[in-house]
Amino acid sequence: MREITYAQALNEALRECMKEDERVILLGEDIGKYGGIFQVTAGLLDEFGDKRVIDTPISEAAFVGASVGAALTGMRPVAEIMFIDFTTVCMDMIINQMAKMHYMFGGRGKVPMVLRTNIGAGRGAAAQHSQSFHALYVHIPGLLVAAPSTPYDAKGLLTEAIKNENPVIFVEHKKLYVEKGPVPEESYSIPFGKADIKREGKDLTIVATHALVLRSLRAAEEVAKEGIDVEIIDPRTLTPLDKDTILKSVEKTGRLLVADEGHKTCGVAAEISAIVAEEGIYSLRAPVQRVCSPDTPVPFSPPLEQSYIPDEKNLIPAIRRLMEYT
Amino acid sequence: MKISKGKLFDLYAVMLKIRLFEDRIVDLYARGLVPGLAHLYIGEEAVAAGACAALRDDDYITSTHRGHGHVIAKGAELKLMMAELFGKKTGYCKGKGGSMHIADMKIGILGANGIAGGGLPIAVGAGLSAKWRGTDQVTVSFFGDDASNNGTFHEGLNFASLHKLPVVFVCENNQYGISVHQKQHQPITDIAIRATSYDMPGVVVDGNDVIQVHEAVTKAVRRARAGEGPTLIECKTYRWRGHHEGDPNQGSRYRTKQEIEEWKKKDPVKRLAEKLLADKVVTKKKLEELEANILKEIEGAVAFANESKFPSQEELYEDVYVEG
Repeated sequence: MREITYAQALNEALRECMKEDERVILLGEDIGKYGGIFQVTAGLLDEFGDKRVIDTPISEAAFVGASVGAALTGMRPVAEIMFIDFTTVCMDMIINQMAKMHYMFGGRGKVPMVLRTNIGAGRGAAAQHSQSFHALYVHIPGLLVAAPSTPYDAKGLLTEAIKNENPVIFVEHKKLYVEKGPVPEESYSIPFGKADIKREGKDLTIVATHALVLRSLRAAEEVAKEGIDVEIIDPRTLTPLDKDTILKSVEKTGRLLVADEGHKTCGVAAEISAIVAEEGIYSLRAPVQRVCSPDTPVPFSPPLEQSYIPDEKNLIPAIRRLMEYT
Repeated sequence: MKISKGKLFDLYAVMLKIRLFEDRIVDLYARGLVPGLAHLYIGEEAVAAGACAALRDDDYITSTHRGHGHVIAKGAELKLMMAELFGKKTGYCKGKGGSMHIADMKIGILGANGIAGGGLPIAVGAGLSAKWRGTDQVTVSFFGDDASNNGTFHEGLNFASLHKLPVVFVCENNQYGISVHQKQHQPITDIAIRATSYDMPGVVVDGNDVIQVHEAVTKAVRRARAGEGPTLIECKTYRWRGHHEGDPNQGSRYRTKQEIEEWKKKDPVKRLAEKLLADKVVTKKKLEELEANILKEIEGAVAFANESKFPSQEELYEDVYVEG
């Protein structure tokens, strides 16, 4: 199969959905001529015109709120917020409006829209352009949250997100945009709530999200040299979360490490750990380990930022600690 | 613009319906039958009635926390509203939304909204949607004076004007943001002047004169339908009750009784009734008949709400997501 990047895969999903359904329109900052900060919307303005690919003012409440209003009245908007950090300036539109309407109106009205954004440190962009607080949206009922880690998943999940009848927070990872992988040329959807086993193993389960999937795969190859056989589960969507696949894997391996780039406190890893504690504790032979970002803002200085980012340097010792329990 | 006699009577009927509905809520709230918050519209009826009478059924509105008047004027059914206010499953939102969240997509009510200024960007989106879909639907966004200090007001007006969207922004300047007088929340007197910043017409009208409101909104709707863009209309008015029914003595902590009494003299409902009689549009008997009919409808709504069931426990988990 041909290989394309994560950004190209997302671009293909948008193009295919826009071709198929004229209700799909894009709004965001610099998504037109510029092609989006990470080139996800490159070429779409030329192909679909400025009625469907709208460069918005730097006015997140206006264009995210407008997406809610457009979705409520029959469109399928896909809004892009350049960095998840900027979603804070339109939080009302996301949390009080987009997420609430279907329930609050007793099922009258729906908001089929996608809000694309991204997380991830590692670009020297400091504390307001590098955060990974996707857990915030997992906390809010009414939102679906997708978290693709590969180009294949990126295309299939975005297609599903656009066709879904619910509001979706589509959380990309900025270090993954240039990663390549096999992606079918035809359109396809990946159903929400179905985890993918990225690596099969019998000794230890890593539930990893986003870039931590790649980093865990590298760590797994490293510890394989020591005879440790790691299984890697990628939930792919955080709401809904495929608990069954996680619990089944933990039942098999008896050891759990959860790896997510959000802060450790109250994060996705905390939630998954709690689920396993509630529903699978008797499968565990070792205390659960978490590999997350520390509870500090993202620092600028490169050595500090490298230290901040959760990766193999944290994963490998955590794996070894877990293997001490027999 | 000449408003026909029939239209004047219809406007009066809507205003009276709002007034009598709200009067009934005062009583029901005091008796504990309406739980939670009830922000009443008494005194501001001319704005909702005048604005919505300029709209078609397929046009949209976004409303506010003080939304009963807007949704009644847009055609909401009293019994479904009353059941919702009682928290019953037969209500507009199956009892999940209450007073602040009444919505009905079929008649273009995109929701009352508990967040001040929350409706403006949503109205802008409905405007974009109408433009994309190639319809000539217009959206009216209602909001208060203090919401005009929120970013959503400025962002919404900017975006709507930039794209010449069919949206009419109707500001109900009732002088207060909860307890804070306009003089303390903004340095201007006429909010309509803010339209200049966004290159759209800004109009000030007497919000207690339904004819002025209706004429201004009709003109703005015509402009919007013609693809010429949005208008900001400021309606000067006053709320008679407190911010909500739990606000002690109709807001006596922050305003004088005298002030309230002065505004009651400008009662928009009474004012129109007097005009209708003076101009011999209707007889006193016809007005009495109208009132009796509305009261009957309200009592029917109260009975419906009383007899309806509360939602079952399982319904807590329904409608979080669209299934399938």
